[in-house]
Amino acid sequence: MASVSVPGETVRGGLLRRPRSTAGFWSWVTTVDHKRIGILYGATAFFFFLVGGVEALFIRLQLAQPDGKILSPSTYNEFFTMHGLTMIFLVVMPLSAAFFNYLIPLMIGARDVAFPRLNAFSCWLFLFAGLFIYSSFALGGAPNGGWFGYAPLSTVEPGNNMLFYSTGLLMAGIASTVSAVNLAVTIINMRAPGMTMFRMPVFIWMALVVQFLLAFSLPIITVGLFESLFDRRFGTHFFDPAAGGDPVLWQHLFWLFGHPEVYILILPAMGIVSEILPVFARKPLFGYQFVVFSGIAIGFIGFGVWAHHMFATGLGPVANTAFGISTMIIAIPTGVKIFNWLGTIWRGDLRFTTPMLFALGFIAQFVVGGLSGVTHAVVPADYQQTDTYYIVAHFHYVLFAGAIFGLFGGMYYWWPKIFGRMLNERVGKVQFWIMAVGANLTFGPMHILGLEGMPRRIQTYTPALGLGVWNLVVTIGAFTIAVSVLIFIGNAVASFRRPKDAPADPWDARTLEWTVPSPPPPHNFDEIPVVHALDDFWHRKYAETEEGTLVPVPAGGSGDPRSDDAHGSGHGIHLPSPSYYPVIAALGFPLIGYGVIFHWWMAVAGAVVVLAGLYGWAFEPAAE
Amino acid sequence: MRRITRLAPGVGALAVVAAACAPNNHQDSLNPQGPYAQKIDTLFTPVFWIAAAIFFIVEGMLVLFAIRYRHRKGRPQTPPQIHGNSRLEIGWTILPALILVGVAIPTVSTIYDLARTPTGNVLNVNVVGHQWWWEVDYPDQQIVTANELHIPVGEPVYVSLCAAGVGYGGVPAPNECQPGPPKGAPPSAVGDDVIHSFWVPELAGKQDVVPGRTNHLVLQADRPGTYTGQCAEFCGLSHAYMRFKVVAQTREDFDAWVRAQQADAVAPPAGSLAATGMNDFLNGQCIACHAIRGLQVNGQPLTANGGPNLTHLMSRSCFRGCTMPITRANLEAWLRDPQAVEAGSWMQLNPKLSQDQIDALVAFLMTLR
Repeated sequence: MASVSVPGETVRGGLLRRPRSTAGFWSWVTTVDHKRIGILYGATAFFFFLVGGVEALFIRLQLAQPDGKILSPSTYNEFFTMHGLTMIFLVVMPLSAAFFNYLIPLMIGARDVAFPRLNAFSCWLFLFAGLFIYSSFALGGAPNGGWFGYAPLSTVEPGNNMLFYSTGLLMAGIASTVSAVNLAVTIINMRAPGMTMFRMPVFIWMALVVQFLLAFSLPIITVGLFESLFDRRFGTHFFDPAAGGDPVLWQHLFWLFGHPEVYILILPAMGIVSEILPVFARKPLFGYQFVVFSGIAIGFIGFGVWAHHMFATGLGPVANTAFGISTMIIAIPTGVKIFNWLGTIWRGDLRFTTPMLFALGFIAQFVVGGLSGVTHAVVPADYQQTDTYYIVAHFHYVLFAGAIFGLFGGMYYWWPKIFGRMLNERVGKVQFWIMAVGANLTFGPMHILGLEGMPRRIQTYTPALGLGVWNLVVTIGAFTIAVSVLIFIGNAVASFRRPKDAPADPWDARTLEWTVPSPPPPHNFDEIPVVHALDDFWHRKYAETEEGTLVPVPAGGSGDPRSDDAHGSGHGIHLPSPSYYPVIAALGFPLIGYGVIFHWWMAVAGAVVVLAGLYGWAFEPAAE
Repeated sequence: MRRITRLAPGVGALAVVAAACAPNNHQDSLNPQGPYAQKIDTLFTPVFWIAAAIFFIVEGMLVLFAIRYRHRKGRPQTPPQIHGNSRLEIGWTILPALILVGVAIPTVSTIYDLARTPTGNVLNVNVVGHQWWWEVDYPDQQIVTANELHIPVGEPVYVSLCAAGVGYGGVPAPNECQPGPPKGAPPSAVGDDVIHSFWVPELAGKQDVVPGRTNHLVLQADRPGTYTGQCAEFCGLSHAYMRFKVVAQTREDFDAWVRAQQADAVAPPAGSLAATGMNDFLNGQCIACHAIRGLQVNGQPLTANGGPNLTHLMSRSCFRGCTMPITRANLEAWLRDPQAVEAGSWMQLNPKLSQDQIDALVAFLMTLR
């Protein structure tokens, strides 16, 4: 990767020498380049995707037939807990963060995020939080109380398992909060001249909504996690009814975070789909403002529906009515989005590339999750559905057949931009179809299993229930998905064997990231672009007649950006310099976590490391 | 046919196969067997059809557009540039809203309907969730049993749901849980007061059992029969084994069952193996947690302290969260090593029982009819 040339004087201002490697291991550890951090996020998240997927396969082997003997109850409980924790906190969130990091500056015409070192800190802390939680397998047992960690089970069961949950998630929460503030500031303050809010790509809008959701919902779970940690470690009684505490308090805190979290997971994928559809329909997004406003509306209403996870808790008919109705209301902006996506492909000129297939698959499958979601809002029906496989079916249609499909679409779409190489389209399409078949085989029958009486989180079931056939189908589906993921890995590996020959704009796309070479230079833009319209890049290439007919602009798109490189790799552009301190500061947190669980002196050591990192950071100039 | 189509979204083709293997498992929410489950089903069915209609409309449009507007070789890639249409936007905002109003009205009325306390000839039952079994108390009849809820058909049953709580014992007051130990009771070794969820799909929806609260649920069966249920809220190691059954009986049969349950246990004839077992029971570890009505130690009746009341054990069909039939072999296995039978079981045997003790205890337990 080309370096930004900085005149070679060595600065010894801080505790450590300024890192100078521009390639290899240390360059990645010390990087503050949002693109490299985006790749780090993506690689880490994909690694955890494989881990969480293997856990899912073990769960499905255990449940493939009644009276399964593959996993013991304790291992099963660890695996389903870790599967949920992993997929939510260590896969979908950071995979979305990978796209945010990589794309936000490129799509808004900036050179980097607002706080590049903070960005590196978020990334490393997320990785360390994930490794910290997983280290529990070697240190006496992994979290086993469900990703929802209901008290008092999570506070009274013996072992350190759920301490890893609370401390690990607190760390991941710090990483996400820091990142949320960073990215929100970036979007608000660092847009290129002319890029007004309503010229921002929908993906950027959805990213902005997600950062606010994170910033407002994470403090709530933080309070809950501290209380859980204190109950468990220091004998407080927040959730202990015998001492005047209330277990339902945890549920409120958890779901008041947990439901906005659902939108944190799905809005990025919705943003990606809203970018992919117009490109491959060669039409602007239908009803841009409506899509944006419905995303914002989802963000707001998303804070008012949490107790629909608690209809059977016994909140009483008034609360159940209120939350049933608010849950129905949130279906409306969600429906608006779906209709606008249909409007986008209506009368388009559709090219079924792999990204387009994943985007269309997202819509087709997300609809199922959306409709089953409305049936949960029918509160008495939810008295039957809640805590059954019907719910498991619902949220996997939203989060796997929805969010993960959207994110895979994004990977195929931006792969050439990020790595300068195309993924194989034919293999990609094969992967899509296998994954779609697998997803529906896995999650479709779960609707039936749930309604026919299969509760969630059971380690086994009796043959008398007659649920073996559908469970076997589900297991076959899960392995089908695994095959499709292997195909993707093969495709990705093969792409690196091919020459780095992706053009700057392989899809004839609409947004600014396609105006720069693939992969982009470290400084992103030789000259910060001036934006004149929504989909500015498209309008440089195509004009519209009065009747809305598309007319190519001769020599539009200002030619091949490579040949336009008049400034010689951005010579003279000052970028933030790499730094050791973010990774050092992040490294202290897991030590504090072990200290909380095992020995207090480790916490002291960790705090010293964090302070040393922050101290060095504070005295180090951002760029030199 | 109705059940097939009801389950169809997203897996229409697969659902056809469902008919072939739809189980008659007595735990099927689509097979309501009483008025309360029926109310839920009656509400869900039209909502399902509305959802199915929207599903086919949206997927139909998606497929239609994908075929109709696919790129064809030679056609100029210049589709009309349509940016939006405010009238359409307003339409597809308001139309779903109206549909949802139509769904919300019966939803809300059913919520209140199900929340109403039943009146008239009502059977009060307190169900207590333990890790991992269900205690069933009939406060008006002064009966305590486990894992089996006997009810008369055609009468509403008002279930009060309680978490075990530390030291929860004796027969509580109707319709109210008593968290915490009764005055003067020794602290229990069993700290199993976590959240459970009580679910008999064919008779009612589910309701959580929450420590520190009293939740209520109404259920009713139209016909005699056995309906199975299961804990639906994850409650630790043996969550999957926390099952139970509801036995719906005619009023006469139910009354007979009540009378039998109200009787005291009969001590086995002196000198028998069972009598040795009773002696072991009363002088050993068992009475720390278990009670049997009619037996006394030092002139005091036994009080259950975390373990199932065993008075008419052999009148029940199952134990260990109703996942094992009560047989000699199963009882022996349980007494030999409870943790080997049920992961995490609270029944701690210290010291372990000898084979002679196990034989005697099983002989005694099998006299508890």
